[in-house]
Amino acid sequence: MDTVDVLLVVGRVLAVFVLLLVVTIINVWLERKILADMQSRIGPDRAGPWGILQTVADGLKLFFKEQVTPRKVEYGIYLLAPFLAVIPAFLIFMVVPFGAPITIAGREVPLQGADLNIGVLFVLAMSSLAVYAVVLAGWSSGSKYPLLGGVRATAQAISYEAAMGLAIVAVVVFASTQAGGGTLSLAELVERQRGTYDQVFPALAPVARFIPRWNVLPQLVAFVIFFIAIVAETNRAPFDLVEAEQELVGGFHTEYSGMRFAMFFLAEYVNIFSMSAIAATLFLGGWDGPTWQGSAPAFVSAVLPTIWFLIKTYALVLVFFWIRATLPRLRYDQLMQLGWKRLIPAALVWLMVSTAVIGIRQFGLPWSQ
Amino acid sequence: MGFLSELWKGLRVTGRTAGRTIFGDGLVTTKYPEEMREKPQRFHGRHVLNRYPDGMEKCIGCELCAGACPARCIYVRGADNPEGAPVSPGERFGYVYEINMLRCIFCGLCVEACPTEAITMTHLFEMSTTNRNDAVYTKAELLMGVDGTVPHMFPDDPLADHAELDTADGWLRATAPGGVAAYEGERSWQGTPGPARWDPEPDQATRDA
Repeated sequence: MDTVDVLLVVGRVLAVFVLLLVVTIINVWLERKILADMQSRIGPDRAGPWGILQTVADGLKLFFKEQVTPRKVEYGIYLLAPFLAVIPAFLIFMVVPFGAPITIAGREVPLQGADLNIGVLFVLAMSSLAVYAVVLAGWSSGSKYPLLGGVRATAQAISYEAAMGLAIVAVVVFASTQAGGGTLSLAELVERQRGTYDQVFPALAPVARFIPRWNVLPQLVAFVIFFIAIVAETNRAPFDLVEAEQELVGGFHTEYSGMRFAMFFLAEYVNIFSMSAIAATLFLGGWDGPTWQGSAPAFVSAVLPTIWFLIKTYALVLVFFWIRATLPRLRYDQLMQLGWKRLIPAALVWLMVSTAVIGIRQFGLPWSQ
Repeated sequence: MGFLSELWKGLRVTGRTAGRTIFGDGLVTTKYPEEMREKPQRFHGRHVLNRYPDGMEKCIGCELCAGACPARCIYVRGADNPEGAPVSPGERFGYVYEINMLRCIFCGLCVEACPTEAITMTHLFEMSTTNRNDAVYTKAELLMGVDGTVPHMFPDDPLADHAELDTADGWLRATAPGGVAAYEGERSWQGTPGPARWDPEPDQATRDA
């Protein structure tokens, strides 16, 4: 571990940080623009070309605003909650590989904050930690509406985390049958989705060699469950009961203003992007895509994986926005029903079916031996 | 999973709308200060106090407009015309005439109530001020000049469009002068504030022929 190594690690972490900030600035603007398009409006168009600097303007405004602190807050926790929201949001993305490993100064550098061998568990842990921010913010505000938001967050997170975890388990089990055995590293999971399906079904090579070996095809059900769960996990419409403007003023962040509110806002949009990135990594092959190694310039081949990764992630982010523009908020009991009576049973059944098929493919039918 | 197909139905609606907005003519917003929408002919905008062609004020200070006003935003006080230098053709004239534009609901009942067509409405609606007192329009601001031009409150404003002040709302178009619908269109409101110039109505025999 010499200076170059340390610099590379710091550089990677900074790159992730800057990427997330820039992406958030774009995403807030993009969401407003897309919502506007879906409602026959123009959307923000005053700050900068096409209004793209709107987020910067809003951020500056929030930065200079007074931070009002109500008298009855539980002060320490009230101050802690916004940080508790932002830090896990950024940490989640640290384990996501956002490009193929590149070579700098003779060293192989993975484009990833940190390649944890328990990456998937880390993602689950951080996404549950983010819920504490909402719960603690709601409780420490000492006000009824934030409290209601916090209580809802507790119930919602528990019901959807289970479905999310089960959907991931199906993917992990599926990946464990491939060469190299089981893994929880996201970089390794991306590596295993490279290639096309003619490696699996040589007989169907004429067709299968055009179909990438992404998990979304064999694990389509898990993908749908996972996506619904991450929409709920990030408290986005139609699962935004936590902030429910029409009933709860602002929900958990009612009593927050200025930069403290901005941190919740930032965390929400970072979470959307990180969760979409994780969905893209687990199911859509991450940065996998044609790079034309050799025939294209080396620079292009090095950058293309990152571009594929961003395209896949943004495709999912757009679905987030699309769903928000379309669906009304679920009622509390509907939310619980969808979570416990639909998604978790569906995830369990799918886990069993998927595991059974994998087992039969690997070991044959139990009575055939 | 029936809810997925319902979800898809909804997504198609928003997706189609987005497509129409981006690629088609779905956009309904007009960028207001840059592009103005054309106002309807009978748009109810700012009031104006008219004069006769000879420069006399039409207002006779009868306060019928103030009585008709549901928002109670008009304040009128009449006074006897000065001996030898009458302001209006009648006995009295509007000595004080104020309209509080913050209270006005632009219903046009004052215009209907006015027996001499002294008060009419124009197409001007940009009247925002930074001071509540400025929203109370006095007689000096409402009354047109002797030449028939109406003073603009904010002549230096980039949005100031003087043509709007020269367009009357034309509520009389719908009915005849006597209020009888059968006579509709026979004598139309001239569409501009200021001296009314129109030909006398034909007699009954000519009209029926």
